[in-house]
Amino acid sequence: MKVLVCIKRVPFTGGKMVLAPDAMSLETKHLGFTISPHEECGVEEAVRLIESNKGESVVLTLGPLEAAEQLRDAMALGIDRAIHMQTDGSEWDAGATAAAIVEAIRADEAASGPFDLIFFGNESADSAGFQVGLRVARALDRPCATGLKRVVPADGSVRCEQEVEGGRDVYVLPLPAVVTVREGLNLPRYPSVPGRMRAARKPVATSTPARPKPRLELMRLAVPEGKGKSVQVLGTGPSAAPAVVEMLRKAGVL
Amino acid sequence: MTVLVLMEHGDASMEALTLARKFGAEMHAVRMDAVQPFAPDAVAALLALVADHLNPSAVLAAGTDRGNDVMARLAARTGLPFAANCVVAEPGDQGSLTRLRWGDSLWEIARLNSPRPIITVAPHTFAIEDGPLPSEVDVTPFLTQLEDKDMLVRVSEHVAAAGGGVLLTEAKVVVSGGRGVGSKEGFAIIEELAGLLGGAVGCSRVVTSAGWRPHTDQVGQTGTKIAPDLYIACGISGATQHMAGCRNAKRILAINSDVEAPIMVNADYAVIGDLKEIVPAISAEIRKHLAVLAESPLPGGERA
Repeated sequence: MKVLVCIKRVPFTGGKMVLAPDAMSLETKHLGFTISPHEECGVEEAVRLIESNKGESVVLTLGPLEAAEQLRDAMALGIDRAIHMQTDGSEWDAGATAAAIVEAIRADEAASGPFDLIFFGNESADSAGFQVGLRVARALDRPCATGLKRVVPADGSVRCEQEVEGGRDVYVLPLPAVVTVREGLNLPRYPSVPGRMRAARKPVATSTPARPKPRLELMRLAVPEGKGKSVQVLGTGPSAAPAVVEMLRKAGVL
Repeated sequence: MTVLVLMEHGDASMEALTLARKFGAEMHAVRMDAVQPFAPDAVAALLALVADHLNPSAVLAAGTDRGNDVMARLAARTGLPFAANCVVAEPGDQGSLTRLRWGDSLWEIARLNSPRPIITVAPHTFAIEDGPLPSEVDVTPFLTQLEDKDMLVRVSEHVAAAGGGVLLTEAKVVVSGGRGVGSKEGFAIIEELAGLLGGAVGCSRVVTSAGWRPHTDQVGQTGTKIAPDLYIACGISGATQHMAGCRNAKRILAINSDVEAPIMVNADYAVIGDLKEIVPAISAEIRKHLAVLAESPLPGGERA
């Protein structure tokens, strides 16, 4: 089995969003970076699939030079090799991102055989476009199910479970297929020290695609104003309990 | 001007109409359940066929899971850009819009360079207004034009959720615990309070990552988004990703030892201190209150 997982490097944001001076990105000077959460589960799932089915797992990203850190993180968890399409850090819209990924997938498949399964996050944590996986699937003419909480390949197909109101909808797709997953799919492992050491020696193929003109063009970012709430402190410690009950009563929840 | 809307059951689609009316007085609708069982590629194919026929100035849907899924498929199929979860969108050549990023913690002001904007409308953004409703397109002639591969991705089975407990999305009160709860066992006091209030238990991402609670309890950007009457956040710092899940609560009560925690800026009420002492004290006080109610005559002169 050959599995691909596509990831994006995103900042760890804290309690407040702070913009860079040009308002085109977040101020990330003081922030760490991570793999977008849904995709972390995609990485974990890809590693588990290859652990139990044998074969090869590959991680791919389109991002700045620093995104090599996230590729190493994925390889530390057990992914076998990486594809890094390097950018200058400027934003690529979803259509351009998908087109570049399709090209990379085609090249990799021509060289080392088709991917049975390609994982994406349902949406990236930062730009949340909800579409790159579906665009890639369409271009490759492969079926795609989205927002999955369970992915079980067996006998040339993959059973996909999607959480919906009142339960789960099940889709069964023939392989090869594209799936977009959500956090909760699994509980990702932490990298081990030997895992990190092995990751340092795993191969990363790099390329530098040209950025096409965006069709969904970012003009600037803005931080929404808070609701201007002023918090009412009901008290300190357990002695605040009667004031809380009074509030609950007035709010009609008691 | 004509506009095409993908309609689902529920308020989100009615909210989407509020924005759709700006794009055209003549509104037509294709229903999400036009193809049974649900097959997202087939719905996207229908929209594409209907759009070719009606030539709408824009295609809109609510930014629900299915709305975003089908509209992305429509965009991929037609080679057009797609803007998900818009809170502002103006018809016209400029294609200027504002959409949500990072849950709803950041706005992106963007331009959609497209002859036919494909847009979803962020839920809970627009009020439902009285106004003209779209006329439903008779899709019968278009159904025959669907290809076999449009039906490849379809719901083949629905597994009902295990019963019992109050659903997080439907609960009027959600009592949620964060890192401050300290352990899996620590959630006993959270469960007790939720039980007394007839509410559900929620938690932050730290808690699910630690394995203290299942992911189904997680409130936040990558968990469940909720809008209860009251959200009680116990030992939750209130990072933007968490607030993205509970921002639509009518009231927020924060119980936290850190007065500087970001949750304090977003809360309506706060109790400062150790949740391990405060939460049981609130539960005890509620029990006292309920006991008094049980002994006193019912309001309105009726007697039990």
